Amino acid sequence: MNTKCDHCEKPAEVHEIDAIKGVHVHLCREHAVEAGFQVPQSAPVTDLLTHFATLQAPSQSPKRVEKPTACGNCGATFARFRKTGLLGCPDCYEAFSKQLDGVIARSQNGASNHTGRVPDRSSALIDLQALRRSLIEELDRAVASEQYERAASLRDRLHTLASESAE
Amino acid sequence: MPRTGTHAVKLKQTGPWIEHSGPDADVVVSSRARLARNLSGLPFVNQASDAEKREVLQLVQTLPLAGDRSEELLWIDLQQSTPEDRRLLFERHLVSRQFLESDSPRAVAIADDEQLSVMVNEEDHLRMQVLLPGLNLEEAWRRVVDFDRRLEKNADIAAHPRWGYLTACPTNVGTAIRFSVMLHLPGLRLTNELERLRRASNDLDLAVRGFYGEGSDSSGDFYQVSNQLTLGVSETDLLATFVGEIVPRIVTYERMARDILIERSSTLLEDRVYRALGTLRSARLLAIEESMKHLSRVRLGITLGLLTDIPLGTVQRLFLEVQPAHLRRVQPDSIDDTALEPVTEDRLLDDERTRRRRADMVRSALSE
Repeated sequence: MNTKCDHCEKPAEVHEIDAIKGVHVHLCREHAVEAGFQVPQSAPVTDLLTHFATLQAPSQSPKRVEKPTACGNCGATFARFRKTGLLGCPDCYEAFSKQLDGVIARSQNGASNHTGRVPDRSSALIDLQALRRSLIEELDRAVASEQYERAASLRDRLHTLASESAE
Repeated sequence: MPRTGTHAVKLKQTGPWIEHSGPDADVVVSSRARLARNLSGLPFVNQASDAEKREVLQLVQTLPLAGDRSEELLWIDLQQSTPEDRRLLFERHLVSRQFLESDSPRAVAIADDEQLSVMVNEEDHLRMQVLLPGLNLEEAWRRVVDFDRRLEKNADIAAHPRWGYLTACPTNVGTAIRFSVMLHLPGLRLTNELERLRRASNDLDLAVRGFYGEGSDSSGDFYQVSNQLTLGVSETDLLATFVGEIVPRIVTYERMARDILIERSSTLLEDRVYRALGTLRSARLLAIEESMKHLSRVRLGITLGLLTDIPLGTVQRLFLEVQPAHLRRVQPDSIDDTALEPVTEDRLLDDERTRRRRADMVRSALSE
């Protein structure tokens, strides 16, 4: 294979499609390891056999190149999830959906589909939340730069927003 | 708009729920429904910067969440509260141990009657619970879902078409609900039947925990039973199973164990109950574990009709008031606390002065 690594002149050994960004990725061994790929080891056959014998699960086979293991939104890795049991953001559920399928099914007695209440995901609500967040950010900036009049008017807008949506 | 306050001291002397005894109070101490929710567009708490956590706090604080039950919310910023106040909130089951020990931006909003409370920035952005006396899961559910509806009218909540409500830990997705009941099971413990209950619970995908939830022991023979499955079962189906099958079965099981104790070893049982009361009425030093153990036996004595002069509510209140932070608050030390030094967890927990104060308080509460 003659493709060069995306980051240096060395020949690429790992070729992947980044499902989140939708681009092709070509990486040399070093850059692939850095990016969190499990790179196949070029070890003598006897070493490989010994290695296989000590492996506990077939999924740990070094021959398989796994998908990129970082969430495109928050940067959390699946390795981090394995360690902490916690995901980094709602987008992680899409980024790691393949791996999570099994994790969720195992913890939920095999269930894989939600039954029950669902939240209102109207675009009006999403806009409202975005507006609230930008008002809060502006308010913080106004307070930090001692623009108290501006801060007061921003606070009023937040309050008005709150009473309007409560009605 | 919630009131703000930095001190838990604004809380009433004891949580009102603990003094009333609800349905099936001989076995079921309290019922709780808890929902986990996260705001869209922000990282989960474990991945959020302090600035993002503060943003979550501000967002939640500016939401119009007060309902028509005049449930004005008291907002307590935990970073600005004292270790003693934080411990008080924990003892009252208003915050978790994890929440108590963290040092990042976080707050708890508490309704006037203390039955509804919301932890902001625990494992999930919001963890809201309704805690009621006795077996009362339906009402706990109604009230927490009311609050959730108000939240959802005003905030964009993270959800997935297939996995439902999204939570930081993927094992909570779906309804993200936890129903739990706090049970007093001295009968099952004295008849050595607890192991069987644990195995049965495991088969039914239920978790059995101690008095203070995850990682705590079964102090005072209290056990918290909660669901583990959150995906594929609707909230109302789960509620129906809890109220219609699970809890009644355990309650019946515990009552049978108590009947067996009365039938087969009534003298031994009476001896244990009266000895416990004797100790509580005469001890000059009481350690926390010891007081929980004896209070549990007195509680058993009351529900069996052996002790008729002590109201169940008194014992129920004592379970809370013997806890270190409550003890310190109910009985401020007038002897040598002129300058109230900051209390460390260790000193607060069980030094000799604390044990003496606990014994004094229990003696006077149970005096004939």
